[in-house]
Amino acid sequence: MTEIRDRIIQIVAEQAMLDPSELKLEMSPQDIGIDSLGLVESIFAIEEAFDISVPFNANEPEKSEFDISSLGAIIGAVEKLVAEKA
Amino acid sequence: MNAKKNKGERPPKSPRKPGKVKGKVKSATKIARTVLGRVIMGRHGNGMRRVAITGMGTINALGRDVPSTLEAMREGRCGIGPLEFRDVERLAIRIGGQVRDWEAETYFNRQQIVLYDKFTQFTLLAAREAVAQSGLVFEGELGLRAGVVLGTAAGGMNTWDENYRTVYEEGKNRVHPFVVPKLMNNAACSHLSMEYGLLGPSFTVATACASSNHAMGLAFNMVRSGAATVMLTGGSEAMLCFGGVKAWEGLRVMSKDACRPFSATRNGMVQGEGAGVFVFEDWEHAAARGADILAEVVGFSMSADAQDIVMPSAIGAERTITGAMLDAHMRPEEVGYINAHGTGTAANDKTECAAVAHAFGHHADRLMISSTKSMHGHLIGGTGAVELLACIMALRDGVIAPTIGYEEPDPECALDVVPNEAREAKVEAVLSNAFAFGGLNAVIALRKV
Repeated sequence: MTEIRDRIIQIVAEQAMLDPSELKLEMSPQDIGIDSLGLVESIFAIEEAFDISVPFNANEPEKSEFDISSLGAIIGAVEKLVAEKA
Repeated sequence: MNAKKNKGERPPKSPRKPGKVKGKVKSATKIARTVLGRVIMGRHGNGMRRVAITGMGTINALGRDVPSTLEAMREGRCGIGPLEFRDVERLAIRIGGQVRDWEAETYFNRQQIVLYDKFTQFTLLAAREAVAQSGLVFEGELGLRAGVVLGTAAGGMNTWDENYRTVYEEGKNRVHPFVVPKLMNNAACSHLSMEYGLLGPSFTVATACASSNHAMGLAFNMVRSGAATVMLTGGSEAMLCFGGVKAWEGLRVMSKDACRPFSATRNGMVQGEGAGVFVFEDWEHAAARGADILAEVVGFSMSADAQDIVMPSAIGAERTITGAMLDAHMRPEEVGYINAHGTGTAANDKTECAAVAHAFGHHADRLMISSTKSMHGHLIGGTGAVELLACIMALRDGVIAPTIGYEEPDPECALDVVPNEAREAKVEAVLSNAFAFGGLNAVIALRKV
């Protein structure tokens, strides 16, 4: 599980052009400085990294089954998707 | 195919001489400017020519000609449905405004088909209808003074897609010799010039979702300035193939079920395909030959947001809407209908409504604004052309095309969006909005004849 968390933090940090140590789990994408396009790109990178399909529509992010409210929430959602795949 | 059976076209009375115009209308200049630039005869006070629309043609998910398309718009019919093409099962997005049961052989011979991508086929079909309606025959001087300016975002996307398959998926090392002339963005424009012998200024513009509005705006300015007597203009798109839709999927802005512009329940855009082509003609030329003038093109404005590659800007949109009215010498209160860009995405619709609210003030609550993309889908580079048909229908027939799929009001889109059912209303002036990815805006203004 820490492997998943570290990989996601790395992806998000790269997108935000920050050092992974600067990210905290309670931060929202906005806090991290990721806009809607950055979010879409991060989700793509996550899908590629874990070979999963993330249900996310940029038109209704809050209605999406995939919780993107914070970095921690994203990690939790990805862990779930990875577990479902296995 | 020239429309030879139609009544012959008379040559212009005299060759255009730039110096001549000014003196001729000198006495009228002052009056014309005070009466909002509307004019006496076929010229504006500043010597600019008036621009008539004398022909229109289309093919899209709603119909293969203008009458069937307008009928569908009047009935609020939806042309969006399950996509049908190779590998569609590998897509997450499987709906679109597709031209159903398309068989190129019905309209073109074998020699043409090897050169015409679908976007060219659509263009030529729409142009046949438009030119036939105009009654023009491009012979002699008129051919020299007529051109084509078209919009497309992706040009021959189907040709790219098919041939990438050939070399990458099937591993072949040889492609058909005409791949390049078939896929190039200007192919439709060139074939149109060849079909009708149009020898004047001809080119294609690509500004994503604003392509055909930019094209029509340029055509308008070319006729208005006297650079051409007739321009065939509009746009075309045929992106509904595996690669085309797969690329759009990536952005995660597409809806899986429907295009519901302005509705609180909207969840994205739906792609369409097809073409719209119009005949823009020097008013005096059209009047002299007794042509049926469908509407007058009176203004155009374009601008760049210079802000974001995908997110729209309300300020940029507002500037362009206002610019088109200024160019048309049109007061905001005159505008009865706006054909919205209205993509059905969360971002576009609220931004566009904010822009309209700012540009029109109190009048924003009195005008009607609808998105016909809910019916024919988003034709990307061809969309403004098909949407101009709804504008002409509003002016000519007094019928406002609805925004279908509307389920629930959105406080951020609190305008009269003509939900679900067409409405009868008399309008004197209309605008058509296009706000493209890349922040490129193009708004065109028409008046009733």
